[in-house]
Amino acid sequence: MSKRIDVSGLTAYYGSHKAIEDISMNIEPRTVTAFIGPSGCGKSTFLRTLNRMHEVTPGGRVEGKVLLDDENLYGANIDPVAVRREVGMVFQRPNPFPTMSIFDNVAAGLRLNGNFKKSELGDIVEKSLKGANLWNEVKDRLNKPGSGLSGGQQQRLCIARAIAVEPNVLLMDEPCSALDPISTLAIEDLIGELKERFTIVIVTHNMQQAARVSDRTAFFNLAAVGQPGKLIEIDDTERIFSNPSVQATEDYISGRFG
Amino acid sequence: MDISTQTTDASPPTPPQPSAAEQKRNARGATRVGDRVFLGLSRGSGILLLVVMAAIAVFLTYRAALAINRDHGNFLTTFEWNTNLIPPTFGIAVLAFGTVVSSIIAMAIAVPIAVAIALFITHYAPRRMAGPVAFVIDLLAAVPSIVYGLWGALILVPHMTGLFSWLNDYFGWTGIFSWDGGAPRTILTVSILLAIMILPIITNVSREVFRQVPQMHEEAALALGATRWEVVRMSVLPFGRSGVISASMLGLGRALGETMAVATVLSPDFDIHASLLNPGGGTFAQNIASKFGEATEDGRDALIASGLVLFVITLLVNGAARIIIQRRAEYSGANA
Repeated sequence: MSKRIDVSGLTAYYGSHKAIEDISMNIEPRTVTAFIGPSGCGKSTFLRTLNRMHEVTPGGRVEGKVLLDDENLYGANIDPVAVRREVGMVFQRPNPFPTMSIFDNVAAGLRLNGNFKKSELGDIVEKSLKGANLWNEVKDRLNKPGSGLSGGQQQRLCIARAIAVEPNVLLMDEPCSALDPISTLAIEDLIGELKERFTIVIVTHNMQQAARVSDRTAFFNLAAVGQPGKLIEIDDTERIFSNPSVQATEDYISGRFG
Repeated sequence: MDISTQTTDASPPTPPQPSAAEQKRNARGATRVGDRVFLGLSRGSGILLLVVMAAIAVFLTYRAALAINRDHGNFLTTFEWNTNLIPPTFGIAVLAFGTVVSSIIAMAIAVPIAVAIALFITHYAPRRMAGPVAFVIDLLAAVPSIVYGLWGALILVPHMTGLFSWLNDYFGWTGIFSWDGGAPRTILTVSILLAIMILPIITNVSREVFRQVPQMHEEAALALGATRWEVVRMSVLPFGRSGVISASMLGLGRALGETMAVATVLSPDFDIHASLLNPGGGTFAQNIASKFGEATEDGRDALIASGLVLFVITLLVNGAARIIIQRRAEYSGANA
């Protein structure tokens, strides 16, 4: 399943500091949308508002609306825990649970969500690991700790863990920034496959990566340090990288600042 | 990636290079006066420490060996402590039993409470409340043990009768909780007092460990849709596990060696009682404290021998804890 995201008038704060201001955008199902922009422009913060992880940070607070299909994630009787089960997330640094085996890592989300039979669990774990292109590398050591894998494998393990619960949306916060080029390529290929099933939003500092993996690209910027970050424009990736409609986007992409 | 700075940054001025001879001397170290003095001081303290430790060990073992040699009873199994008899007859069985049992009960009470308090302070309490709670726990650690002893004897003991008769009513049939109605100056009261005394150290160490759980582990659980308790279960407790074990061992060490509080509360004898609710029994430290003042030279040697046994027990406990921690090292948060 894959759902559409509609954000309107979203502003997020850390305490009294306004981190991002008045962001609106639509993200279509089964697409990859990349967020680019200089450091501190709020693209990670914005990403974290899409699964209500932003408010986990002390002082984190959000105004505005995020509709997932037609349901407002910030509605009055929406449980943030339920939101996060529907919107999965992969982080900058691979973070498998260090005390769990590879199998248990992938099964962790399923075990939270309800009762599965052992055989059922095994099937889903296998399917998820295959989905993350990791199965062949780990099928003989599912009971070994996940922290024993290489960085790239750990990140794919985290992706397997996130997709095991069949979320509607998959958020990725610079998923390759801690990885070598080969592992990065593996993840990028994987993103291409995963977009058949999920709505994917990826934050990246690597513009070539954005150009390679995404269908749409959003450029964020901030007027000055301490000012809130804003969405400058969002458009088809091809257009953003060839002929953006805003000058700042072109300056950033061509390396004139940032 | 910061593209502009790569091109615009001027390379920093190179610091003056030390001459080859200087470098060689620095590598060998300890050629500057300050370095030499410091090296001498630290090396000297290290050696002094070892010498002192060795001297103590030799002295204690020698005296203990003398005592055990004179012992007419079996040092390990005799239920008696008569060092003034000729020949003297004494054994540590009762002391070992009392020490181990009271410490284990104290741990069983204190560890869950301490872990719960530590979790509350680090993951549940609002910040404004966490500070004061932690401070009060710290205060508990600052109370001298004799004060605990007095409090135990004057306040805790008289208030134990209710609990004792309840335990006797419902669990008396087990034998462990049967009560003759005597004053509650017993192993169980001692255990409860010890639990209160070791609570702060276990809480504080656990709290520090829980606080160090990497944000990314907690976020991993949160992003999967874990509730706060599930985050604690999936990320915090597994990461803190070895730390909690270490904390418990520190607490156990204190419970095993606690002297004044036990000596003040317990009404000792030299027998092992099935019931924890009837007076009697004793611990190593309590026995030493209450007998040392009036002991003859031979009697002191016997007490030293019992102290050595306590030392060995403590070593064994710590060793066991280390093994437990090591065995799970592969899965610990340390290699994440």
